Amino acid sequence: MNLKQLTLGLAAAAAMTGSAYAYELTVPTLDYRTGPYAPNGIPFANGFSDYFTLLNERDGGINGVKIKLVPCETSYNTKKGVECYEKTKNAGNGALFYSPLSTGMTYQLIPKVTADGIPLYTMGYGRTSAANGKVFKWVFNVPMTYWDGATVAVQYAADKSGGMDKLKGKKIALVYHNSAYGKEPIRTLEVMSKKYGFELKLLPVDHPGQEQKATWLQIRRDRPDWVFMWGWGVMNQVAIKEAASIRFPMDHFIGVWWSGSENDVLPAGAKADGYKALAFHAPGADFPLHKDIIKYVYDGGKAVDPSYKDRVGEVLYNRGLVNALWAAEAIRTGMNIHKTKEPTAAQVRDGFEALDVSEARLKELGLPGFTFGVKVTCANHKGPGKVAVQSWDAKAKKWSIVTDFYQPMDDITGPLVEEDSAKFAKENNITPRECK
Amino acid sequence: MMFLLEATISGLMAGVMYSLVALGFVLIFKASGVFNFAQGVMALFAGLTLVGLMEKFSLPPWAAIIATIAVMILLAWLIEFLVLRRLVNQAPIILFMATLGLAYVLEGLGDILWGSDVKLLDIGLPQGAVDWLLDDYNLYVERLEVAAAVTAVIMVVVLAVFFQKTRIGRALRAVADDHQAALSVGISLRTIWVIVWSVSGVVALVAGIMWGSKSGVQFSLSLIALKALPVLMLGGFTSIPGAIIGGLIIGVGEKWAEIYMGPIIGGAIENWFAYMLALAFLLVRPQGLFGEKIIERI
Amino acid sequence: MFYREAGQFKTSYRADQALFPIAQDRYFVIAVVLAAFVVVPFVITDYWANALLLPFLIYALAAIGLNILTGYCGQLSLGTGGFLAVGAYASYKLMTAFPELNIIIVFLLSGLITAMVGVLFGIPSLRIKGFYLAVATLASQFFIVWLFNKVPWFFNYSATGQITVPPREVLGFLVTGPNASPAATYLFTLGFVAVFALMAKNLARGNVGRSWMAIRDMDIAAEIIGIRPLKTKLIAFAVSSFYIGVAGALLFAVWLGSAEPTEAFGIDQSFLILFMIIIGGLGSILGSFMGAAFMTLMPIFLKNFMVDGLGVQPALSEHVQIVLMGTLIIFFLIVEPHGLARLWQIAKEKLRIWPFPY
Repeated sequence: MNLKQLTLGLAAAAAMTGSAYAYELTVPTLDYRTGPYAPNGIPFANGFSDYFTLLNERDGGINGVKIKLVPCETSYNTKKGVECYEKTKNAGNGALFYSPLSTGMTYQLIPKVTADGIPLYTMGYGRTSAANGKVFKWVFNVPMTYWDGATVAVQYAADKSGGMDKLKGKKIALVYHNSAYGKEPIRTLEVMSKKYGFELKLLPVDHPGQEQKATWLQIRRDRPDWVFMWGWGVMNQVAIKEAASIRFPMDHFIGVWWSGSENDVLPAGAKADGYKALAFHAPGADFPLHKDIIKYVYDGGKAVDPSYKDRVGEVLYNRGLVNALWAAEAIRTGMNIHKTKEPTAAQVRDGFEALDVSEARLKELGLPGFTFGVKVTCANHKGPGKVAVQSWDAKAKKWSIVTDFYQPMDDITGPLVEEDSAKFAKENNITPRECK
Repeated sequence: MMFLLEATISGLMAGVMYSLVALGFVLIFKASGVFNFAQGVMALFAGLTLVGLMEKFSLPPWAAIIATIAVMILLAWLIEFLVLRRLVNQAPIILFMATLGLAYVLEGLGDILWGSDVKLLDIGLPQGAVDWLLDDYNLYVERLEVAAAVTAVIMVVVLAVFFQKTRIGRALRAVADDHQAALSVGISLRTIWVIVWSVSGVVALVAGIMWGSKSGVQFSLSLIALKALPVLMLGGFTSIPGAIIGGLIIGVGEKWAEIYMGPIIGGAIENWFAYMLALAFLLVRPQGLFGEKIIERI
Repeated sequence: MFYREAGQFKTSYRADQALFPIAQDRYFVIAVVLAAFVVVPFVITDYWANALLLPFLIYALAAIGLNILTGYCGQLSLGTGGFLAVGAYASYKLMTAFPELNIIIVFLLSGLITAMVGVLFGIPSLRIKGFYLAVATLASQFFIVWLFNKVPWFFNYSATGQITVPPREVLGFLVTGPNASPAATYLFTLGFVAVFALMAKNLARGNVGRSWMAIRDMDIAAEIIGIRPLKTKLIAFAVSSFYIGVAGALLFAVWLGSAEPTEAFGIDQSFLILFMIIIGGLGSILGSFMGAAFMTLMPIFLKNFMVDGLGVQPALSEHVQIVLMGTLIIFFLIVEPHGLARLWQIAKEKLRIWPFPY
């Protein structure tokens, strides 16, 4: 055992001393390319890495400083996530931010990053109440939260039924992954069901979710007007297939943004046509940025996963891309604020807090009309929180956004965020800071 | 009433799907006393190989299936040669552990060879609801599961004939009864093991095809082993009919529980309910419904 | 040459039955324990504590617990993940309900609560045996995890069912929460593990331990010579669950800091800990440590070696690492089915007669 620990130490030491001379921005990427959730993790991880690689190859990094990616494989397992976090946080010049793409890992990391002073950027997942920047100084969930998503799903349902008052007496079923992630929207939906008088039915599905007969038989019996889904991994594919089998009208079936990728709908074939999912960015590879990625990253032979070339532009790929884009802009903003080429994690945090990526800026970055403009403030760490609805065209095998971006109902989520973050502050003896 | 019937049919069908996995366990346990935990991963590996062969070499489904069967037989031979042969006469728990190690190896190997992305498996099995039942009688039956049920029946019949009528089948039964007695009349244990592991490899392939057609072939497929365990317990580790009937009971039981009890005590109870149900049966019959009676002597 | 017991005469039965009758063994163990308590805390870093030593120690404790049940008493259990969860949630509820209660008492109480739950789920073992029992214990695994996921009282009605540990101190040092220093959490865990390992070692060679082994070797025969299976098996379940419960509390409160039941205490935990005791050696306390070291440190070592040493892609290295772990497990089972502890013993035997083996 002693010998093993010694060699282990040597290996770890080798990792520490491996950095180059020139200053590099250290970005750890906690990917999962293995395990039950790999089919979802791979496209996201590719998009995330490719963007930073592109910045290095095309622009020579951010403001002329190269980015060093430090990949670590988590398998969507929080215990491995802890190991990865500890391993990468001091890598290179110190990790500048974390994006774990896992709600469970986010909960694990929130106390740790707060203690270590590293920003945690959980884009559209993780702890919703982290939107309250007064309590969660180090956590950002730009551009929106699950609770915003839940209000938008209800708004969309109301629109299709002819107004919020028409929701009265309607039945909405929520099919969710029986974990912290899946349970996120429940409280919001409960509040809304009281306010608007619709009936909410909760249908949990256990990990991994290969067998959902009982769930869908209940839906068939109760005939809800709308089904919302908070799923991840194999659960999405099986649910969409089952819904098609019982002939549930696909246009009344709305998934969260994590239940709306190509992987999820393809197994159901033609029957998935018209399935809806929430979205906060466009799908597809028709943007100038994607052309650059193909040119510089894939044709330049720098891609992490070269076999992925044909799939660039998938929904989850684009999500990884936009995650990296906002984070890179935050790093840039931090560098500009502090006028430095060697930002610390704390300076990057300031960058996140002053993040302002307008639609004009998006256009400059090669993604015109890709998503809405975001602006973060000291108190509001989630940004504008807008969400649209996208629809699956099974013939063309393409997702497309079919609505405008909805405004979330802050009057509903606001008090909930306050309540939950106040509870967290109390449990952890945090005094909310003042925001000017 | 119609809904109860529907729930029951769905339960029966789901049960058949579980039985497909459980069958593989039973075959190996019967012939070698090994509790083969790698059965689920074998199903995944077979599914991955099948899809991989169809994609990479654009083989037609039938050719790919034959090629996959060949791979599974090769795998059985390798397992016998590299693992089982060297663990003869060890305690059952050691052999069980070895199969868990095997599960690791196959899982990693499958990923390295074929990638960990989700893959569509389409060998032309019917999908969706049976239309005329749904239109005329408002009864929902899944076609894929009907196909699975038919396949299971064919498989059980073939296995029964194989076990009862052929020379190898008789040898298998002899080995299952008593290793030493079988050895003494000149039956080669090693050959028998290779055969049994090959057969259960083929069973795993069938399970992999059925489950893979349902959800796409991906890592989660290996977790179906957990669904087969209560079935095994209930039916008995050594009985082929037990695996089928156990599957049916578990399937119906857990669907009823989820649909009628779930809303009262909170959903997602299927998983533990299946185990509790099996446990209840075990308390009455500790060897499972159809298992061989455990006789203890000093 | 140096390792031999020649010349070490025992003058009393007491000395003869000491825990480590051979002087060299004794010195070695004392040296290791001293180093662990005195040297390591000064050199420990966050990475060493959170990624290597804490999981190793905590899993070692859980492995000792399972080894008592499976290795000593012969009852195969796959419910370990569930019992870890009971310990974790018990400690969470106690910590939040009685904030002034000393954390050590909280952990011991969590162990006791887990012991009670363990006895409850141990009752079927009187009738069900072998692999049937293993599968039956899975019922407890799934039920417990479901319960903690479903009933909001257990997670204090938090929005998502996640539990997060509040900061607690021992002797003025923070041992839980993100601000605890690695040395403090390490020493705290090490203290628990050392005390309980010593207790287990003594328990196993006493009256209770011997009746466990009698039940393991043949329960009918044991019954005939007057060992009551009911009592003995239930004691084994209780003691084993107590250990696992304490390990669960440590796992949640000291190591992870926050947890959700389906992920942190899933079925794979049960298998992982079973792996540890079989690789390490059934019925051996030392084996529990060796198994825990092998199963927690080996994957990280392989990963670091491949990713940092050889520059392999992390995803590929993960796959290769899984294959290698599987191969190593099979390899060790073939080389020595009785585990690493037995290899260690053989090495000692060889050492005793070295360099004159004839």
